[in-house]
Amino acid sequence: MMTTDYVATIGAAPNEGVGRPDTIAIQTFGFWIYLMSDLIIFSTLFATFAVLGRNYAGGPTGKELFDLPYLASETLLLLVSSVAYGLVMLALRDGRKKWVLMGLAVPLLLGLGFVSMEIHEFYGLIAQGYGPDRSAFLSSFFTLVGTHGAHVTIGLIWMAVMIGQVAVKGLTSPVQSRLMRLGMFWHFLDIIWIGIFSIVYLMGVV
Amino acid sequence: MFGKLSLAAIPYDNMIVMSAVGGALLLALVILGLVTYYRKWTYLYQEWLTSLDHKKIGIMYIILALVMLLRGFSDAIMMRSQQAIAAGGSLGYLPPNHFDQIFSAHGSIMIVFMAMPFLVGLMNIVVPQQIGARDVAFPLMNSLSLWLTAAGAMLVMVSLGVGEFSKAGWSGYAPLTEKLYSPGVGVDYWIWAFQIAGIGSTLSGINFLVTIMKMRAPGMTPMRMPLFVWTAWCTNVLMVWAFPVLTAALAMITLDRYLGMHFFTNTLGGNMMMYANLFWTWGHPEVYIVILPAFGIFSEVVATFSGKRLFGYVSMVYAVAAITILSFSVWVHHFFTMGAGPNVNFFFGIATMMIAIPTGVKIFNWLFTMYRGRLRLTTPIYWTLGFIVTFAVGGAGGVLLGMPPADYELHNSLFLIAHFHTMLIPGTLFGFFAGYTYWFPKAVGFRLQENWGKRAFWCWLIGFYLAFVPLYVLGFMGMPRRMAHYNNLAWHPYLLVAALGTAVIALGILFLGIQLVVSIKKRQALNDPTGDPWDGRTLEWMTSSPPAVYNFPRIPVVDEIDAFTEMKEKGAAYQRPDRYEDIELPKNAPHGLIIGGLAFLFGFALIWYIWWLAILAALGMLFTVIARSCDDDTHYTIPAAEVERIENERYQQLAAVAPGGPAGGQTIPAPVAETQ
Repeated sequence: MMTTDYVATIGAAPNEGVGRPDTIAIQTFGFWIYLMSDLIIFSTLFATFAVLGRNYAGGPTGKELFDLPYLASETLLLLVSSVAYGLVMLALRDGRKKWVLMGLAVPLLLGLGFVSMEIHEFYGLIAQGYGPDRSAFLSSFFTLVGTHGAHVTIGLIWMAVMIGQVAVKGLTSPVQSRLMRLGMFWHFLDIIWIGIFSIVYLMGVV
Repeated sequence: MFGKLSLAAIPYDNMIVMSAVGGALLLALVILGLVTYYRKWTYLYQEWLTSLDHKKIGIMYIILALVMLLRGFSDAIMMRSQQAIAAGGSLGYLPPNHFDQIFSAHGSIMIVFMAMPFLVGLMNIVVPQQIGARDVAFPLMNSLSLWLTAAGAMLVMVSLGVGEFSKAGWSGYAPLTEKLYSPGVGVDYWIWAFQIAGIGSTLSGINFLVTIMKMRAPGMTPMRMPLFVWTAWCTNVLMVWAFPVLTAALAMITLDRYLGMHFFTNTLGGNMMMYANLFWTWGHPEVYIVILPAFGIFSEVVATFSGKRLFGYVSMVYAVAAITILSFSVWVHHFFTMGAGPNVNFFFGIATMMIAIPTGVKIFNWLFTMYRGRLRLTTPIYWTLGFIVTFAVGGAGGVLLGMPPADYELHNSLFLIAHFHTMLIPGTLFGFFAGYTYWFPKAVGFRLQENWGKRAFWCWLIGFYLAFVPLYVLGFMGMPRRMAHYNNLAWHPYLLVAALGTAVIALGILFLGIQLVVSIKKRQALNDPTGDPWDGRTLEWMTSSPPAVYNFPRIPVVDEIDAFTEMKEKGAAYQRPDRYEDIELPKNAPHGLIIGGLAFLFGFALIWYIWWLAILAALGMLFTVIARSCDDDTHYTIPAAEVERIENERYQQLAAVAPGGPAGGQTIPAPVAETQ
């Protein structure tokens, strides 16, 4: 009797949803794991900055180089872009394609502003002769902040691609899944930036 | 136009290198010629290179691993023969400049391009089937991981004939790898080969982590997962945690070399010991990344061929998990001599010795599984027994080395070389060979010939002892590692024995090759028509050999640790489902192959400072990713009727070969008409 019961279980096993693996849940979970691995890259760079960040080698210190009001406005751009992206996700939930499209332009422009300000800051430092080859402090500074900037740039390219996809494909479920993961990426970069702002800039000026 | 690259980069004057390059090119030409002659390019491209089928990707990974094993082993032969000759007045046949490249290449290849692809290949073939899934979570990313690994391996191979390879050891310690001390392209080859393959490994780790966590068959709770799945999962956790550290460390040494930064330099505030710390934060977990899956393989093999459930399953799982966590707390034992102070060394010494505890638990579990089991002495069991004995000895040596005072004496001596080869050859490699023999019929449909396998095993085991026991002695006699020449003639006899051992291992490799050829010739006799040649206990033996592209026509339901054994006992193993359903699978896609090719170009261009090519390759990769992201039509459907046709064929085959039923005394239901 037991055997037949067992066979019956197999026959009736609901395997819908198991058959096709690429569900949004799996993609989202995979993206979380990717973000954790990326976080380890940033942790390594933070640890390196913690070790090398005071090795000025006779060069300038953070106190001499960092312009906090400038950085505060840079920070504001990134944080507001994150809020804007959150609003895009609300429009997405309500299925308002036009709002999603227009909404995406806001974090894109704010992000562009952030990256431009960062490039301007870097350019200014290098022009003064304080490039990454000047001291271990500047090497670890440029690498940590630059890696974050490179991530933001990739996020901007992704955002531009998503604007195209929303316009062409509409709010299909793969597009929604991508928008959700882009949102995770964008907020993740915010958190990293808060770490950079506190540990590199604020503590560097103290 | 071509950066630093010119014809002068090809070492025409070095006969040894040129003959190796000639041999490799000839072999490549023969293979390309054969593919062209038999008009197999379309087949190769459509069925293999662009395939997203995890089983095919796994086979390609293992082919890559075996090819790189040959390359890495020829480096070993050269090192051993050089040291057998170059005593006292004789300088041997390898100048230091060449010898240094050989030991650097040997280590780099064996860890990153032999062990890694071998284990990822086995995971690819086995893990989805063991958890009752039809594919991995991200099939395209799987293909991408393969081609990134292959791109890294290609860079190492190209360094043989164009330029040079690193002379700074596989661990690439700074500041030797800085531009000031290594101005050539060798270190750059090493950097980019590791960087590209390492990113592939991170992606593999993410992929399998998600696969195991999200795609298990209904009823397969974590404590019902086969041990190989557990060890694969722990390995993936380590890959996701550890490889990004390597990525960052390599990026920093790259910036030092290319942009003149000062992370690991001696000047302007750099800290070279930062590199040793970062490298081994990856490097030590990496040791467990390559050995944990081997532990899983031994567990499967021992249980299957003892005919009983693994002894102490729960303690085994906890032991693996404990090793996973402890592996992140021991990295400093690679450089106790850095002088971090007694307290730091004390902590890392104790942590190192603690790893012996969970590992000991595992050894006892394997022994108790065999105890009172009905042990079948097949080739995989031979590899397992050889492993258990040797590994226990090596582990004792490891505890010895884990004591900082002893380490101060033995650091950088041949004792260390003997120790880690005792862990990695019987541990990792024997495990992979056991897995290779065990799952070969599952992957291709016929078994490997036993006798040649056992001959290969004896050569490997005896050769291993001959090659490495002398190195323990030499370590105590004070012989340092990496010597192209030495004047102490007391060392010479031991190095002659070690060279003899290498020759015996070479015979073992030859026998593995013969085994493959003989098995292919006798594939009719060695055929595995049931899909279950060993009376297996886990779900991968439920599928046909080789499995249908979808693995399982219906996803099985699990409610025991050894799910397939339980089904066989209940008579449910070969039960037909009442109906078949349409199955969706990923379409083949060339994106992984394209990105892998572009990554190779990108690395090559950066090594030779061909900036325009690097920019083009990077843009090409970006474009490929965007193109793929816009494609939503990535799956195809196998209709239920087609599934039924394939399954009917399988039932006919089962009924034909096994009238009394396959192993386990199963009755096979007669094939049903297609119009059911």
